[in-house]
Amino acid sequence: MAANSNSPGEKGAATRFLEVSRIEAGFFPFAMISPALILILLVVGFPLLYSLYVSFTPYELLKPNSLNFTTARALRNYQKLLNDEIFWRSLWNTIVFLAVTVNLSYALSMALSQLLARVTVGQSLLRTLLMVPMMFAPILVGMQFRWFFNANVGLVNNFLISIGLIQEQGQIAWLVDVPLGMISIMIASIWMNIPVLTIILLAGTLSLPSETFEAAEVDGASGWQKFRFITFPLLAPFSYIALTIMSLDIARAFDIVRIMTDGGPARRTEMLWTYITRLAIEDTKFGLGSAMSWITVSLSVLFTLYFFRQLVKARIVQ
Amino acid sequence: MITRSVGPNRQRNDRIWNAVAWVVLLMLALPALWIIITAFRPNVEINTFPPVWIPQRLTLEAYANMFGLNPEVQQRVAVEAYLRNSLLASGVSTAIAVALGTLAGYAFARFRFRFHTPLFLGIMLSRAVPGVALSLPLFLLFNRFGLVNNVLGLALVYIAINIPFTAWLMDGFFRQIPKELTESAYIDGCGYWSAFWRIELPLSLPGLATAAIFAFLAAWNEFQIVSVLARNNAAKTFPPGLFAFTEQFTVDWRGMAAMSVIMMAPAVIFVILVQRNLVSGLTFGAVKG
Repeated sequence: MAANSNSPGEKGAATRFLEVSRIEAGFFPFAMISPALILILLVVGFPLLYSLYVSFTPYELLKPNSLNFTTARALRNYQKLLNDEIFWRSLWNTIVFLAVTVNLSYALSMALSQLLARVTVGQSLLRTLLMVPMMFAPILVGMQFRWFFNANVGLVNNFLISIGLIQEQGQIAWLVDVPLGMISIMIASIWMNIPVLTIILLAGTLSLPSETFEAAEVDGASGWQKFRFITFPLLAPFSYIALTIMSLDIARAFDIVRIMTDGGPARRTEMLWTYITRLAIEDTKFGLGSAMSWITVSLSVLFTLYFFRQLVKARIVQ
Repeated sequence: MITRSVGPNRQRNDRIWNAVAWVVLLMLALPALWIIITAFRPNVEINTFPPVWIPQRLTLEAYANMFGLNPEVQQRVAVEAYLRNSLLASGVSTAIAVALGTLAGYAFARFRFRFHTPLFLGIMLSRAVPGVALSLPLFLLFNRFGLVNNVLGLALVYIAINIPFTAWLMDGFFRQIPKELTESAYIDGCGYWSAFWRIELPLSLPGLATAAIFAFLAAWNEFQIVSVLARNNAAKTFPPGLFAFTEQFTVDWRGMAAMSVIMMAPAVIFVILVQRNLVSGLTFGAVKG
């Protein structure tokens, strides 16, 4: 890949990315950024700090007096959560959900992008078809799959009955049984993720230099070898852009879970996001809910930071 | 020795790949098309068993019910309120978020200054905060200022949520404009602001359109925050409005599908308009830093 970085006078790759010879302009850039920054601090920063404070109090919405801070009880909410079996279950469910959805979405999108890169007939129509799931709001995705996986009137069971795989009495309770509930949610989420990921990876694949592949072909490389040793490594920056965008949007899965199962039945599909809502909004325990929020925020930020750093690194290597 | 596919062999391979691609993509799009068709089918076809796979008759009944043209339907879903609130919250927030995000994106793309990277990272990470987590303190704070159940309060939140991605996209678009152009503008006597306003901003209008559509859709589709901040139809947008079709044991699937089609309209326009810009906007920086 060293052959690729042909910019003369390479003076340390890191500084090249960070400072692409930008202009010095004194105070002016700060003036341009400050409106955006002030608004974000006001609407995201300050509320988050406030929620950190609330998380150290036993605040419940219906007991206004409970919003006061005492050092002795400050960590009570966090202690409660650490001893809460449902918290651990929702954390575990979230981790499993993320691990499976992110990896499968990425793998399937990669396969689909390689497939689409070879297509010779009706390319633009195919790309429009690919964008169809993008027209759906996450909440719509959830609604649609809740209907499809419905045990009595759902498309999936009806289809399975039609082709004789299951009996009319033996309908599968997709959204109820373990582990089918989680699997149904994952399928919905993957369906939602595929288009954007595929579009980015396809754009990357099409931008790769064809000479490299021709040279590999002359050397007798198989299709898989070409993918494994040329396409895949060269796509790294595109992969990380795709993964960064996905990690920023990953909490959209909440919408899907909320409408498909709402964490149920019997908390089988409870995740961090649904449990926060249940604690704070339904049980009005804002202190506890805020503590849980803070754990979730920390995890999301770390997750995004990781992919973002990889993205910066991948850009520099190229 | 691995045989290379050449001549007729390769042609046959191509035909197989094409066929596979079409099958896979039709399967991907089918669920969505099913929802759209459902909106225009009579209820008897939807709720019967065995299922009617191929629509026999198309009707606008669902929309007549929704907009109160059917006198037999007593209780209606407040679709006009959802439409008004969705348009207001998404429209207002998009205009302001794109303006502020563009300013910030330009500064990040063009200038060197202290805390460049930490500021950029900080703004981007504010986007990673899950809506659920943000909705709790916002509810408590907005309650004090009378902003709960208020469309403008909602718009305020959407502005802040949309700035990071706008700034990111615009940073990418501005970096595609050669720096020499700016420098020659300075030589001709332009100040920083007029170089931005009169020369570079007009050049980045396609990028601006892409960013605006992204922001609009993000606000239009947002559910987590509005479901906490809007307690009634004064501020409810389409996404929480969908729940109006669910009762404890029954769901009006056709009504939901019909409203979904209305909800999709902006996204359909988006797909038609920005197919090209979308890719270049999202992947900028991957090719050459």
